[in-house]
Amino acid sequence: MALAGLFLIVFLLVHLTINLFILPICENHDEIFSAIAHFMGTNSIVKTFEIVLMAGFLIHIIYGIILQIQNWIARGKGYKIANKTKTSFMSKYIIYSGLLILFFLILHFFDLYFIKLGLVEAPAAANIPHPHEEHFYDIVVYLFSNNLLYSIIYIIAFIVLGIHLNHTFQSAFQTLGLNHSKYTPFIKAVGTIYSIVIAIGFSIVPLYFIFN
Amino acid sequence: MKIKLKIWRQKNAKAKGKFVNYTLDDVSPEMSFLEMLDALNSKLILQDDEPVAFEHDCREGICGCCGLYINGRPHGPGEKTTTCELHMRSFKDGQTIVIEPWRAKAFPVIKDLIADRNAFDKIIIAGGFVSVNAGSAPEANSILIKKKNADEAFDSAACIGCGACVAACKNASAMLFISAKISQLTLLNQGKVEAMERVQAMVAKMDELGFGNCTNTYACEAECPKGIKVTNIARMNREFIAAKVS
Ligand code: FES
Repeated sequence: MALAGLFLIVFLLVHLTINLFILPICENHDEIFSAIAHFMGTNSIVKTFEIVLMAGFLIHIIYGIILQIQNWIARGKGYKIANKTKTSFMSKYIIYSGLLILFFLILHFFDLYFIKLGLVEAPAAANIPHPHEEHFYDIVVYLFSNNLLYSIIYIIAFIVLGIHLNHTFQSAFQTLGLNHSKYTPFIKAVGTIYSIVIAIGFSIVPLYFIFN
Repeated sequence: MKIKLKIWRQKNAKAKGKFVNYTLDDVSPEMSFLEMLDALNSKLILQDDEPVAFEHDCREGICGCCGLYINGRPHGPGEKTTTCELHMRSFKDGQTIVIEPWRAKAFPVIKDLIADRNAFDKIIIAGGFVSVNAGSAPEANSILIKKKNADEAFDSAACIGCGACVAACKNASAMLFISAKISQLTLLNQGKVEAMERVQAMVAKMDELGFGNCTNTYACEAECPKGIKVTNIARMNREFIAAKVS
C-alpha cells in the first residue's frame, strides 16, 4: 500500500511536469507537449513502464479496498456515538477520498488516456485526425475549452487528490517504519507542500482554459 | 447535578443487547465516573433491577480494567485519563451520557459494558516476553543501556493494556498496544535478541484474532491514557519489514 503509494507520488510529479507544457510556458510548448505524447505512445521503455505504473495503480486501489473491508469487519458492531476523538479530518475518510479519485481516474482514462492508446475515439466534434497521439495537444485543448462542467470536475478531483495526499504522504513513511522525532515534522511539511503543488499544479491547466 | 444516562445493556455474550435510559438526580461533581455508576447500581439493586456490569479494579489508573466508551471517546473526555480517573465535573448538569462497551470483533461483549480483552493476553503469549537467560540482578547491572533507550522502554512499558487504542481506532487495530509491548522489550539488550521472531509472532497473532490494520489516523495516540506514542508503531513496522526481508 505504502510502497505503491510512494511510487504513484513520484509518478504524479512526472505527469504534472508534462502537463505544464499544455500552458504557454515557452514558445513551442504545444509542439513539445505533442512530441512528449508521441514519445510516450511509441517508446518501448515507456510502454513497459506503463505496465508497471498500471500495476502500481491496481495494487494501491485493490489493496486499499481489501484493507478497508478487513477494517470494517474488525470493528464488528459499531458504536452509537463513534469517533469523537480529535484526529486529522481527512485521515478518517481516506477511503472515500480514494474512491472519488478512482471515479475521476476512470473518467480521465476514457476521455484522454484511452484516446492516446487508440482504444477510444476522440470526440467527433473535435475533428482530430489519426493517429491521435500526434494531436494530443488539440484533444486536451478541445476537452477543456468546450465544457465548463468538465473542467470543474477535474479541479474538484485535484482538490480531493491534494487532501488525500496530505494525509497519505506522511502515512506512507510511518507504515514503512520511518518515524523519527527529528525528521517526521519535516516529512509532514514536505507532504503538505507536495499536496498543495499537486492540487494547484494540475488545476492550473483547466483554470487556464476557463479564463481564456 | 442531574445526569441522563444511555447505557448498553446485554445479558450475556449471546444476547442481542440494547440501550437503556436511566436518570440520576443527585450526582456530585466530585464523584468519579465509576462512583456515579456505583450510585446507579445501588439504586437499581434497591429497585430489584439487575445492576449494570462494568469492569474495574484499581480505580487509580494503573490496572487498565475500566475502559468504557463514553460519548464517542474511549475513557470519555479528558486527556490521558482512564475512566476511573474521570470525574463528573467533566460533564454538564442535565447532560446525556452515552456509555458503550469497547467495540471490536476481537473484543466480544460478554455482559453489559464488559468486553472480553483476552485477545491481548493471547498476543502477549504469542511472543511478548523474553525467553533468553537474562541473568541475575548483579549481571543485569553490568549490562550498559543507553539512557535514551531506557527512557523510551520505560515509556512504552507504561501501557496498561486497557484497549482504548483498539476502541478508538476506526479500524479496531491493536497496533499501538502491540508496538508498545514490542518496544519495551526490543529497546533493551535482553529483549533485542529475539526481536525478529517476536514481531512476526505477535503480528501474526494480531491478524489471526481479527484486529484491523493501521491506517495512521492516530486516534489511538490521542486517546491513550498513558500517552503511548505512534513512534512505537513505526518501530514495530520497521522491525517487521526487517524480519520479513532478512
Ligand atoms: S480501574 Fe484500574 S485503571 Fe481504571
